[in-house]
Amino acid sequence: MDHIWKKKDLLSLYDLNADEITEILDTAEEFKKVNQRNVKKVPALRGKTIVNFFVEPSTRTILSFELAEKRLSADTINISASTSSLKKGETLLDTVRNIEAMQVDLVVIRHSAPGAADFLAKNLNVGVINAGDGAHSHPTQGLLDIFTMREKKGSIKGLNVSIIGDILHGRVARSNIWGLLKLGANVTICGPRTLVPREFEQIGVRVCDKIQDALEGADVVNMLRIQQERQEGGFFPSTAEYSKYFALNKRTIKYLSPDALIMHPGPINRGVELDSEIADGPQSVILEQVTNGLAVRMGVLYLITGFLNNEKK
Amino acid sequence: MKKNNYILKGGRVIDPKQNIDKVMDVGIQNGKFANSETIKDAEIINVSGLIISPGFIDMHVHLRQPGGNHKETIKTGTRAAAAGGFTSLVAMPNTNPAADSTATIEYIRTHTRDDGVVKVYPSGAMTKGGNGKQMASIGSLKEAGVVALTDDGHCIQNFEIMKNIVEYSKTFNLPILDHCEDEDQFTGGVMHKGYWSTVLGMKGIPNTSEALMIARNIMISRDTDWDIHMQHISAKESVDLLRDAQAKGVRVTAEVTPHHISLTDENIKYYDTNYKMNPPLASEEDRLSLIEGLRDGTISVIATDHAPHSETEKLVEFNYAPFGIIGLETAVSVCLTELYHKEVLNISDFISKFTKGPADVLKMEKLGTIIEGKDADITILDLNKEHTICKKSFYSLARNTPFDGYKAKGKAVATIVDGGFIYSELNDIVGSIQK
Ligand SMILES: [Zn+2]
Repeated sequence: MDHIWKKKDLLSLYDLNADEITEILDTAEEFKKVNQRNVKKVPALRGKTIVNFFVEPSTRTILSFELAEKRLSADTINISASTSSLKKGETLLDTVRNIEAMQVDLVVIRHSAPGAADFLAKNLNVGVINAGDGAHSHPTQGLLDIFTMREKKGSIKGLNVSIIGDILHGRVARSNIWGLLKLGANVTICGPRTLVPREFEQIGVRVCDKIQDALEGADVVNMLRIQQERQEGGFFPSTAEYSKYFALNKRTIKYLSPDALIMHPGPINRGVELDSEIADGPQSVILEQVTNGLAVRMGVLYLITGFLNNEKK
Repeated sequence: MKKNNYILKGGRVIDPKQNIDKVMDVGIQNGKFANSETIKDAEIINVSGLIISPGFIDMHVHLRQPGGNHKETIKTGTRAAAAGGFTSLVAMPNTNPAADSTATIEYIRTHTRDDGVVKVYPSGAMTKGGNGKQMASIGSLKEAGVVALTDDGHCIQNFEIMKNIVEYSKTFNLPILDHCEDEDQFTGGVMHKGYWSTVLGMKGIPNTSEALMIARNIMISRDTDWDIHMQHISAKESVDLLRDAQAKGVRVTAEVTPHHISLTDENIKYYDTNYKMNPPLASEEDRLSLIEGLRDGTISVIATDHAPHSETEKLVEFNYAPFGIIGLETAVSVCLTELYHKEVLNISDFISKFTKGPADVLKMEKLGTIIEGKDADITILDLNKEHTICKKSFYSLARNTPFDGYKAKGKAVATIVDGGFIYSELNDIVGSIQK
């Protein structure tokens, strides 16, 4: 089978074109069917070794990647900053060079520094999947969000998607924006100006100050997690005031169409950016995002190892 | 090979300080400029088709010695300077220990004498250890031979401390060079704040970090009536502030680096740490305003901010890499390509940015000009020499340059210090520096 995918790495959705994104989504659709079967394991990655290197801690993403790898029959190892030689002062590059020297096929990396995955991909032959690099990118999160939208709404083209919250420090926002724009969606971002960079207008994103404007006419609303440390950083006065103006709650949901999807990358601050009832309500697809994340990661792993196999031939 | 008496024949001599631009012979006798008609037994060196300029000055160089010898030394840094066409350098004082005492200045002067191939003029720290708080022994530093004062690498944040240092320095006739940065705005930033920092998810440094301190320095200069030179300016706002202040007669000057006039923050999109420096590469609008500042004279100096780092120090995640790139061996080629060949500056104005400009800021009347009886320091340019920059061939100990592979037009093809050819690509003349 001839694939469109011809890359050893997945670093950000900025790097991909619409055809590549669509191929990942289509592949993930097949794996979603596998996940619904009684026997959930397929032999696609048998004999492959994958290292999940999580320099920045994570529970959900590493679990999702590890499950995806195991369902594809790969051998997997998880290492963290504290169990690696980084703790002994070794550089990131040297640490991963050592991993590579043990004939590992793929490294999944989570790191707090933007560009860390790009840096490794450029300096190493091993395939690299970015599982989140600072505020830069989290491509599989972006893909699973887009997968969920496509599944529910049929097509991304012309879809009105509003992303609400901390865009400045958000890799989820950045990944969504690039992926959605490439597939022809209309993207709106909203939040206090201290957390919503105006620069996104330059790439055709609509920026608005009032949550009402972001909710009206939206087909999808993606509520981002607001972190306590941003209050300490002086970006807004208190989470209470943040909620008052930028939360999706009983008061503001009236601006949203009943057909609109409500998404959240998790973990949710219930009662801060999103009310509990709404998070668990009929419009919420938050748990389906998690389910789809597994399928999307399987699709990505499958396409990248497929490309690496062809390269070696 | 050191020749004692010779005549450079047929070159176009350009000395902006004296408004000279004509084809004429230049005589050199015993290391000094001499009247070409009266030198006895002079050898004739044909330099027709080439530009003969007073030796180029780079007034912003980090030689790293003492304390950073794995990055660069006086020996390697001055060889890099020679290969790049520079005959005089001003060494920044943020060494380890900082050049805040006569002992360290003496150390630098001794090593320059023993290991150096070009002239090194030390600058002294404004504050003890460059700590930004207590005034260094400025009078003693002057006596030890510093030509200027700076806390480069950092910026004194307190207005009162800075103002006192400027006033005190005036007592000793020492110009101030300032690295302009508001630490509150700067801290944590790794690149210019703008479109690309937004896209790349990196903490940005706003233009106002630099411009705020430029505005402060303008007020201090006005109130003290003393000279403050703004180092490596990068922002449009800075150029605008300086232009207005100069029009009102405030004694402020500025320098720009070759990288800020040729590169922008977009270059960072692949996270190459050879594009990470402080101040950061800014937007295209900023770049164009710096070029305009050079054209209209607001910016009178080009200086490299040559900042060597080892390969392992730079080969890390962008956030963790040190700021700074080297520039001595690329500056003249890059600037000839970007400024002369793109018709921003004519050749006389171009040369002025490397000779008269820095000499005026440093108040060194005999430097950067051709005077009979004074040291024969010369830079010879071939304006049309096409070449590709290759970092493997550098004399510098460091390789942290974004210009590897850059296709340049124009080059410094020979460097003469005290009458001796230290670097030469001329036929039949071998320069004395070797790898
Ligand atoms: Zn500096």
